[in-house]
Formats: sequence, structure tokens, C-alpha cells
Amino acid sequence: MNKRFSEHVENKKNLFIPFIVAGDPDNETTIELALKLESAGADAIELGIPYSDPLADGPVIQAASARALKKGMTLEKAITLVSSMRKKGLKIPVVIFTYYNLLLQLGLERFFALMSENDVDGLLVPDLPFEESEELRKKCKAENITYISLVAPTTSEVRLKEIVSEAQGFLYCVSSLGVTGTRSEFHPSVYTFLTNVRKYAKIPVAVGFGVSQPEQIEQLKDHCDGVIVGSAIVKQIGERENKLLKEETRMEALEEVFQYVCSLTEPNRRLVNDRR
Amino acid sequence: MSVTLPNEKGRFGQFGGKFVPETLMQALEELESSLKDAIQDELFKSQLEEELHQYAGRTTPLTYAENCTSELGGAKIYLKREDLNHTGAHKINNAIGQALLAKRMGKHKIVAETGAGQHGVASATVAARFGLECKVFMGEEDMRRQALNVFRMQLLGAEVVPVASGSKTLKDATNEAIRYWVSNVEDTFYLIGSVVGPHPYPMMVREFQRIIGDETKKQFLEVDGKLPDLIVACVGGGSNAIGMFFPFIEDDVSLVGVEAAGKGIATGMHAATIAKGRLGVIHGSMTYLLQNEAGQIQEPYSISAGLDYPGIGPEHAYLAETGRVHYTSATDEEALNALKFLSQTEGIIPAIESAHALAEAFKRAKEMDKNESIVVCLSGRGDKDVHTLMEKMGGKS
Repeated sequence: MNKRFSEHVENKKNLFIPFIVAGDPDNETTIELALKLESAGADAIELGIPYSDPLADGPVIQAASARALKKGMTLEKAITLVSSMRKKGLKIPVVIFTYYNLLLQLGLERFFALMSENDVDGLLVPDLPFEESEELRKKCKAENITYISLVAPTTSEVRLKEIVSEAQGFLYCVSSLGVTGTRSEFHPSVYTFLTNVRKYAKIPVAVGFGVSQPEQIEQLKDHCDGVIVGSAIVKQIGERENKLLKEETRMEALEEVFQYVCSLTEPNRRLVNDRR
Repeated sequence: MSVTLPNEKGRFGQFGGKFVPETLMQALEELESSLKDAIQDELFKSQLEEELHQYAGRTTPLTYAENCTSELGGAKIYLKREDLNHTGAHKINNAIGQALLAKRMGKHKIVAETGAGQHGVASATVAARFGLECKVFMGEEDMRRQALNVFRMQLLGAEVVPVASGSKTLKDATNEAIRYWVSNVEDTFYLIGSVVGPHPYPMMVREFQRIIGDETKKQFLEVDGKLPDLIVACVGGGSNAIGMFFPFIEDDVSLVGVEAAGKGIATGMHAATIAKGRLGVIHGSMTYLLQNEAGQIQEPYSISAGLDYPGIGPEHAYLAETGRVHYTSATDEEALNALKFLSQTEGIIPAIESAHALAEAFKRAKEMDKNESIVVCLSGRGDKDVHTLMEKMGGKS
């Protein structure tokens, strides 16, 4: 496993993994946000690559993608942002979250060269199911990049065993059917589903899709090893687009987002502190 | 040339496959096994046949376009009249097949996407016929262009959901339909209208549309005692074309698919995916795709709402790569001229989609011998396009 993953994610409980879109609304914000999220207790960061047709995403992340695309963000440019984050002291792992077409166009060779040049730790491709990801998983293993796998409440037991046997880093469990976005209810079978996943998983089990409130995190805490929060944070960023784009107001807006993220992680804070 | 494709991974050569979020994988596996089961079931087959004959109005005629032929002075032109199907296009063949399958699988809700509205109308129609709840996603721009079809769907009891994202056309309607399907996959059947999407859709839609080519072959042999020399069909996603071509793949017949060149391929305002697309992934399938350098999907353009799709069925991509089918394109203007010509020589107003195929057929007929024959798939009728035609031609022709 990738070194940063083994230090920051492996064998950990109460993981907090935020998701942001690269270049939303601009590069400076993305770099500063990563650092803020780390200081708010993030154990790893998912860096979403904006795409014109993000099938697995709901309106909040679609809008963020549109904002970043307007600024000319690409997969290539997004990967280089990770170097800038590291230069400013970011220590936790960064996972690139990209739709397959973007990766295909950049080309596997160029993609992996960029990942290693820029110190990226993980990869997640939401529209590449297990059957189609073999080549990429092999390549990740060879390059010491952690390939993150997803499982859903609709995943059959047979598939689950197969996916889990190859999974690395943490297992991304989709809380509900549907696209990314905040929701008040999870899939009715979410707890049975998580219990089942944990029965097979040897790596931390993290829950994403729709996690937006401290109470939800509290409810899920005993059934998983961590949460992934995307749309709820991205929404905060979207609401502050203009402030974030201006240098004189950027820090203030970032501080507001930081406060919001801290309020999310607060119930876990004691635990976070305990284990550190 | 192999007609045993796709393989077990849903691939036609390098094209096809399943590129979807994990949430949908179970539904695709379930669909795959239900389909396999259904097409071997005599009861399902006879039910499908019965509906196609007694409800959709098949067999559709093969009309000899005598006036066209004598005016152009070359090869004999025949039209496979999919426009005479119930609801006015070939789309009903597939919609009936998938709706029967949905019922068999115990799904009571269907979701569909539509561009020109023909597939939406077909979906709404079969939903009414088989007692299914139906939701149709449609781009706002297409809703404007195809207001008549929007009303028809509503009249049939379907809910038409406007899509305001992207170019507000078929690509965006498809994105939204997939998003809806991911959220409701446990009780909803996604009725895809073309030979696109993840496996097994391209194969399934082909199987429900191959009746076009199967009938054509039989009919043509009856009138001419041999096979035609050339078959032409329009290609957006490519369902009427694959339905027409597939039964002829192993025969000595030239096959030509016609894409929409819009305002001209050089202008960038077109939907000519095979001519200008690069290998990529769209809506669950690996195929040729109109995209920019970085891999962002480009908005296609065509006067015809049924052809402006940035991807193409993976089997067409394969047939293009292997050279078995030749793909070319016709501009808006060429299609409109062909539309006028057919209307005034034969008294048939074709859909603008089909007029793209006619444009190519008319061009080729002149260069061919009188003893040779061309069959054009007349995929749909032009009633739905009258509004667009009036705007374009100023109410005159």
C-alpha cells in the first residue's frame, strides 16, 4: 500500500474524507482548501476532476464542475495542483476522482507519469466497474497508487467478495442508490449492507453519498470506519464563489468553509484527538 | 465478418462494454439474464410477434419509388417503410420488445430519454398499452423543436421531464435518464431508444430492430429474386441502421450509414461522430465520441433532433473500423432537398433523419446502373418535423 495511505488511513477508525472539485472556483482556492481540510481533521482528500457529463453526480457537483471547466481546468492541470499542495505542507493522501473518458484521453502512460511526478496517492474512477478496471488496478499496484473501489447496496454478494478481495486503501460504500448529493435518508438496508461489507473487508470501510450532517455521521459511526463528505462541502464553496475568486475576500470565505467543516467533524473530534 | 458479437463482456472488438457506476451493475446483470431467458422463450417470442403485427402494424411495405427512380435515371430505389409503423417510426419495434421484457421482469415503471420525441412517443405508447408508469427525459431545446411530440407523450399519459443542462438536447436527456435510473433502479426499467448504452443494450436493441432487415431481405428476394446492391440508412445512435444492416452483414451487399453533417463538417457544427469522433466512453459504452482535446464531450449539431448525438452505437464503431459498413454524411441542406424531392415525387414526407439517408441514396442512384437496386430505410415520417420545416422553409417549399 502507498505509504501515506498506511500512515493516515490503514487501521484507522472515524475517518473523515472530504471531496472537493479541482479548480472550483479557481486553483488558489483548491490548494488553500486542501490545507484547511487537513487542519479540520481530514484523513485523506478526494480531488474531483471536472467533467462535462458527470453521470454519477448530482446537481451540486455538476455545478462545481461547470465552474471549474469555465476556468479551463483539465485532468492534467488538476494533478499538478497536488504538487502545490505538498509544497505548502499537505501531509495526508490525495485521491484523484476522475471519470474514465478523461483518463483515456490523457493516456494511461502520461497519467501515471503525472501522478508520480506530482505525488498523488490514490485513484477512484466512478464509471469503471470491477469488470472493466483490471488493467488500471494492475497499473496502480505497479506504480504504488492506491486504487479505491466502490460498492453499493445493490452489489450482489458474489460481486462484493470479488471487489473486496482486490480493494485497497479504503472501501467506498455508497450509502444510497442515486447520484451524489445530500439526502435526508439512506438506503433502508444501509446497516445490513455495511455489516456485510465489514464481514469481508480487511481495510477501512467508509460511507459516502448524502452524508451532510453531524447527526448522520454519529448514526453511521458504529457501522463503518469513516465517512466521505462531498456535496455538502462543495455547496458551501459554490455559495461563496465570488468571495473565493477575489484575493481580498478569499481567506475570509475559506475560514467560513473551515468553520462549517469543523462543525461536521465536531462529534468525532474527541475521538480524532484520542487516536492521534 | 462475425455476427456472433458482442462477446460475453459486451464488446464489439474494442467497442462496447459496461462503463457505469457500480450501483447499476446488478441491474445490468439482471437485464442480461432476463433477456437471454426471454429470447429463448417461445411464449415471449410469439407475444412479441403478435404485438408487432396486430398493434404496431407490421409487416411494413417495401415500396418501389418509381418516380424518383425515373427522374434520377439510375439504380432502382426502394423504400423500407418504417414510417408506416404505429407512432410513425421504427422506434416502436424496440419499445414493444423492451416493454414486454420489463413486464416479464416485474418492473412497473419505465424511464426513457428522447431527442426527436419518436422514442419518447413510442415509450409512452407501450407504457399505455402494457400498463406501465412512464417518465421521459427530454432536452428543453428538443421540447421546443418537437412540441407536437411532447403533447402526444402527455396525451398518452407519460410525464415529460424537461432537461435544462448542457445543450438541452439528447445527450443531456440521456444523462438525466441515467441519473434517474441510478436512483430508482430497484423498481424502474430503463428503456433505451438506440443501440447505445452499456451492454446488453446495444445488442438487445439490435435484436428488437433486426426485423427491419429480416423483412427487407425476404421482401426484396420476392420482388427481385436476388439481394439489393446497396442499402442506405441514417445514423444518429444508429438503431434503424443496425436493424436494417445486421441481417445483411454476411451478404455481398454494400452498406452505407449516413451521419448528420449539419452545417458542414468543416464548420464544426455537425453530429458526424464516425467522421470526427475519437475513441472514448459515453453513457456506459466505449465508442467513437465527439470530444475536445481534454476529453470533455462536445455538443453536436443537426437540424434533426434525432441525429444530434455525440456518440454512436458501439457496433457501428466496430463496423466502421473493420470497413464492413461505409459511413458518410449529409448536411442539413442536402437532407432538406432530399426531403422535398421525395415529398413531391412520391407523396411521402419523410422524417428529417431519414432524409439524410435519402440524400446519399439519390446521389448514388445517379451513378449506378439501371439494373442495380438500392434500399433506403425510411426510418420515420415527417409529421413531427413540420414545425421545423416551416421555420426553415418559411412556410413555402
